[in-house]
Amino acid sequence: MSATNPQLDGQGNLRHFLTTEGLSRALLIEILDQAEGFLGVAQQAVKKVPLCRGKVVANLFFETSTRTRTTFELAAKRLSADVLNLNIATSATSKGETLLDTLRNLEAMHVDMFVVRHASSGAAHFIAAHANPHVSVINAGDGRHSHPTQGMLDMFTIRRHKGDFANLCVAIVGDILHSRVARSQISALNALGAGEVRVIAPRTLIPAQAESLGVRVYHDLREGVRDADVVIMLRLQRERMSGALLPSAHEYYQLFGLTEERLSTAKPDAIVMHPGPINRGVEMDSQVADGPRSVILEQVSNGIAVRMAVIAMCIGTQNLGSQVAGETDV
Amino acid sequence: MTNPQTSTPDTTKAHSTAPATWKDASEIDAAIARMADDLTAMIRERGIAPALMIGIHSGGVWVAERLHALLGLAEPLGTLDISFYRDDFTRIGMHPQVRPSRLPVAVEDRHLILVDDVLQTGRTIRAALNVLFDYGRPKSVILATLAERDGRQLPIEPNVVGLRARLGPEEQIKLAGPEPMTLVRALVPKRRRRPEGEAPSGAAEPAP
Repeated sequence: MSATNPQLDGQGNLRHFLTTEGLSRALLIEILDQAEGFLGVAQQAVKKVPLCRGKVVANLFFETSTRTRTTFELAAKRLSADVLNLNIATSATSKGETLLDTLRNLEAMHVDMFVVRHASSGAAHFIAAHANPHVSVINAGDGRHSHPTQGMLDMFTIRRHKGDFANLCVAIVGDILHSRVARSQISALNALGAGEVRVIAPRTLIPAQAESLGVRVYHDLREGVRDADVVIMLRLQRERMSGALLPSAHEYYQLFGLTEERLSTAKPDAIVMHPGPINRGVEMDSQVADGPRSVILEQVSNGIAVRMAVIAMCIGTQNLGSQVAGETDV
Repeated sequence: MTNPQTSTPDTTKAHSTAPATWKDASEIDAAIARMADDLTAMIRERGIAPALMIGIHSGGVWVAERLHALLGLAEPLGTLDISFYRDDFTRIGMHPQVRPSRLPVAVEDRHLILVDDVLQTGRTIRAALNVLFDYGRPKSVILATLAERDGRQLPIEPNVVGLRARLGPEEQIKLAGPEPMTLVRALVPKRRRRPEGEAPSGAAEPAP
């Protein structure tokens, strides 16, 4: 399997992190366990460890982002790596340089890792396939396809609150059709053996044959969150919508907006999550977003630890590769 | 201070990589009791009470738990994982098992007793000191190790030692435990031998 998975090296170690799909439960758990160790770094007076000293991480964001880009930047800096932030929209690409030429130039600057966000599905895979073998690529969101670090930080947050996944019922509410976050969450939840995964959305925002992803489909919010342990709200991806998928944001809120009253059918200790940015009064009521069951800001803090784990694991594997090739140390 | 027991392990079985007991549980109990006496004397002599005790994962924590009880220290024991401060990350990648460091009491301006199981190269202690200084500026640090052997690669020496061993470069001792604790010795497995004589990761000396 490792031979065919472009994310893994010959020994099954993480080389790139492009998607949660096709990764073993053991590897996903290793990411969560490593993140647990990195969580403690935030408690230090000096919030930094020297693990990736001398490494260069380039944030390549072809699509806007605040949370993801800044938490990737903080994660790399807490590992003592140097960080380049390239705002591609205002840089060479807009002057006509091709993506591969931009890559070659960055490689010539001895960059060790690219963190890539792109509006096209498959962009991070493409870059991983064409990058120099000593470079690692992390997908920070590609089109509608995948957002694996968001998926894993959500798994990390769920595990910290609920422990084992086996008996959990997780309900994902909202724009499943356009959501790379939902896709990463669903594949990670299934790989980790979650008891039940549900998706809840209007018919126009659910992909055809959604059941094949390993979920139960609901079109009624109250019914869908009944007895759920975890309720994950998604942002309406208006920028990806073409055509009239929704009558109006107001009507969406009337039917699918999460309020305390609608949450009442979920388990009493259910947690509420959202990958951000929240549209208050569209996906959820402020009372829920700021309420006692909301773990939304915790997700942000956990995101730093999970991204530190993934960066360190990929960079650690790079060196492992050269070690095996060199066979100099006995 | 009492003289730690020095011994050279019997080398007749040294060709086996299978671990053999070097010190059994009762010898370790006696060594830890001597260490507690030495630490008590040193704390008094240096006027560093109340000192804060910190064990290095994982064998160092087992030893520190015993010493912490014998010394009757009021403040909770701290634990350190040095995985993020190792100097061989660029050679061998992430340590598979990282336990969070827990320092329940701030180290700033405090006298510390750092405890580890086996001191060999000194690289673990170098890393542990770096971790501590990222939590604050201690007033002083003394080092107590259950066992000390040859093979130092850094200018680091313990203040309190339970047992001393002189071993061949091919040999290692490591602490098995936590209950009962025994020190076992074996040949360093050839394929997993680390660069520059570093002790392999395991119970005894987590890779720095």
